[in-house]
Amino acid sequence: MAHDLGADTGLLYDGPDWDYRRVRRAFDAIERIAVDEMGLEPYPSQVEVISSEQMLDAYSSMGMPLFYRHWSFGKHFARDEMLYRKGVTGLAYEIVINSNPCLCYIMEENTMTMQTLVMAHAAFGHSHFFRNNQLFREWTDAESILDYLDFAKRYIADCEERYGHAAVERVLDAAHALMTHGVHRYPRPRPLNLKRELERERERQRFQESSFSDLWRTLPDRDTGEDRSDPDLDARQTRLGLPEENLLYFLEKHAPRLAPWQREVLRIVRLVAQYFYPQKQTKVMNEGCATSVHYAIMTRLHETGQITDGAFMEFLHAHTSVVFQPEFDDPRYSGINPYALGFGILKDLERICTAPTAEDRRWFPDIAGSRDVLGTWKTAWAEYRDESFILQFLSPRLMREWRLFSVLDDTDADAMEVEAIHDESGFRAVRRALASHYDLARHEPDIQVVDVDLAGDRHLMLEHRVVDGRRLEPGNSRMVLRHLANLWGYPVTLAEVDAASERVLNRYEAVAPDHAVT
Amino acid sequence: MVNIIDRRLNPKDKSLANRQRFVRRAKRQILDAVRDVSARRRIADVGQQGEESIRIPADGLQEPSFRKGDGAGVRRHVVPGNKEYQAGDRIPRPDGGEGGSGPGGGSPDGEGEDEFQFSISRDEFLDLFFENLELPDLARTQLSRVEQEGVRRAGYSVSGSPATLNLTRTMRRSLSRRLALHRPRREEILELDREIDRLERSGRDPERLRELVRERERLSRRSRLIPYIDPIDLRFNRFVPTPRPISQAVMFCLMDVSGSMTEDMKDLAKRFFMLLYLFLERRYRHVEIVFIRHTHIAQEVDEETFFYSRETGGTLVSPALDEMDRVIRERYSPEDWNIYAAQASDGDNTPQDNPAVIERMDRTILPVCRHFAYIEVSGERGRGGVTDLWMVYERIARSGRPLAMRRVRRRGEIFPVFRDLFTPVERRG
Repeated sequence: MAHDLGADTGLLYDGPDWDYRRVRRAFDAIERIAVDEMGLEPYPSQVEVISSEQMLDAYSSMGMPLFYRHWSFGKHFARDEMLYRKGVTGLAYEIVINSNPCLCYIMEENTMTMQTLVMAHAAFGHSHFFRNNQLFREWTDAESILDYLDFAKRYIADCEERYGHAAVERVLDAAHALMTHGVHRYPRPRPLNLKRELERERERQRFQESSFSDLWRTLPDRDTGEDRSDPDLDARQTRLGLPEENLLYFLEKHAPRLAPWQREVLRIVRLVAQYFYPQKQTKVMNEGCATSVHYAIMTRLHETGQITDGAFMEFLHAHTSVVFQPEFDDPRYSGINPYALGFGILKDLERICTAPTAEDRRWFPDIAGSRDVLGTWKTAWAEYRDESFILQFLSPRLMREWRLFSVLDDTDADAMEVEAIHDESGFRAVRRALASHYDLARHEPDIQVVDVDLAGDRHLMLEHRVVDGRRLEPGNSRMVLRHLANLWGYPVTLAEVDAASERVLNRYEAVAPDHAVT
Repeated sequence: MVNIIDRRLNPKDKSLANRQRFVRRAKRQILDAVRDVSARRRIADVGQQGEESIRIPADGLQEPSFRKGDGAGVRRHVVPGNKEYQAGDRIPRPDGGEGGSGPGGGSPDGEGEDEFQFSISRDEFLDLFFENLELPDLARTQLSRVEQEGVRRAGYSVSGSPATLNLTRTMRRSLSRRLALHRPRREEILELDREIDRLERSGRDPERLRELVRERERLSRRSRLIPYIDPIDLRFNRFVPTPRPISQAVMFCLMDVSGSMTEDMKDLAKRFFMLLYLFLERRYRHVEIVFIRHTHIAQEVDEETFFYSRETGGTLVSPALDEMDRVIRERYSPEDWNIYAAQASDGDNTPQDNPAVIERMDRTILPVCRHFAYIEVSGERGRGGVTDLWMVYERIARSGRPLAMRRVRRRGEIFPVFRDLFTPVERRG
């Protein structure tokens, strides 16, 4: 009988079918390895079984179990569903939420081996990463994110009821367009506490309703008698906190014509963006961590005879397809697979710690031969983000194995040039170039609010610091500027300035709001 | 201790609200696409599939964001799989950008596409198609008059005929009653019987045997007292009679196929018929179509012949009406069928025939029709002026009969005309 199996053979399960007892037993076995043997520190977990349809549901709203409503999520759902039904794409095996307790979804269609793999991957790998990585600790609040999302959902539903779908949709559209520029990239003194947000919301609204903004005073100041309609740039910038790169934050605080609820909607979108910001910066590490953890755990389960050879083969099949990295001339190539890169670097670190070569000793003097694999991994997981992680830990040997090379594509030249390859003289350049791909500050255009024409037509001035001559995509930018203008209530201009030479490369002339948001 | 929670039973359509918002947002584009799809189909095929895959242009559906363009600038790509390159080699720029795109290249979620493809369900398709349309008021009043008696499930009752006994309910009540009153189970009694039997055979322990026999008697008395199924357990399905409108309709398509009707005009007519069919299909469980073509003679034909075969001859309308009358009398009794008719013509009729047309319409056709729609197609050129048939029908329509008439020149007018015909008066702007 099934429940005697474990007692007789030590196997957690046999065959593809899963049930709750087996899932629980597998979870407990994984936990023993992960926590007792590896010393991981994940959040407590909550495993939720969902159907494929619910997986699609979760996909479409940023993977969150509850989210406010917006047509764009419906659009994503429609497309994902279409692709899935046609067999173009498969579904992810798992979704995991950075919350406490850590929510980990497993799909009912999967086999018991896949469920085991997913739990090891998500409930221990990702969860440990969420809990220990510096960026997450600083920027996200796992304790209260679900409460906050619940608040956001209700708040926006209330707004829809009170002000109409169309009005809310306009604000959300605009806010979503600015979402990539709605994050603080540098730490502020106080970490976020979303729970306090809830309480402060009402207080803030009361305060705003009872106070008025001094920003727009253009009458001559009676005390001094001087005309304040032409304050100098410095004073104005100080007063408005300029330059400001968090566009949503700026609008929330200073846009003159927004109603309180509209500011709150901007705030919700901004906080959600901030919550996801660390995930964008740690894709490689996060997946690398989870993949290494599931690999270690599954191997250990097999070694100790808790899963069958067949199950282990099934796991290896799934694992190798997850960490598969096609070469650049392969038709399947679509960029570097973060799972492959993260897993590759971590496995390589393991080798460097346990069996270093002379080259490793030269490149990594402080960890080569230390034999402390888990300690090295944990430090890496805690202290780095993708960019610094690659810059620090990508070894010459891995670059050789992957045959990485860096190509310089300057549109002024008539051909691309191979800048560096995987040889002694090129390792550092290749590594630097790869790392910079994962530097979001470099990847996303650097756009800041620089000034407001307070005295004149109140138009808002933005500046894009152009790096490497890469200008904005004009069609998209004009649309975003329109959204921005609608929120601001007055015209918006954008200048593209070359960061090196301070030369103005391009100007988007005043984009006027096409409707007042109010 | 880990929590394992089954969420599969949670309500499924969590994203339904998002989908509705999306469909509302994309309504104009979806409507265009839907009309496009319908133009290519046979009448009865349109909207027949469970799902309709449509492509809509993405304008108004983009989610823009500030991002770097593909134009000028310096990029570095780091890619795996070097085979022959050395530092300093020059590589011609690939056209598609396939080989050289690094992690930054390409858009991971396919943003920026010109077209967006997705499926809408049949209901969504038709909802959009016929938004705000109603059967004409006149037809509706008649509709409510001609009703059939039907029965409808309405919960459960404690009495009824054996045929309507609801086993599940009854057994559930019986089970709970038996449990509550501790009716001995059959297995218990059998077990006891076996025990008694064994003791009797062995002849040992007569004390225990007597005790068991007493117990056995107690149990069988109890099971007699507490019946397996008691009359109070019985539950019957309850049915109530409800008036039910006739749920089948027949649609007559009448078309003039004489030489003066060009292919263009026929195409216009076909589109109109198609819309009418879909519309009726939304409201009736079963819809049949009868095609009647006419020149100076009329005959019932199949769809293929109706639209694509050529005929020559003069133009008389009354034979078509006679033919329709014949078919109604033979197969579609007005008692059982809702009868709709749509006639398409270029308006030609031999003047001598006009009195006959009026007579047929007044006497036989209009009294049995829920709605009679006449569209006059006149091709791109349009002949201005009022045609014979138009004048005749106008006179009939003035007398308050269920006859609606419109002129159509271009394809684009079909849908508006259709909407116009079926938009309730109070909603016309």
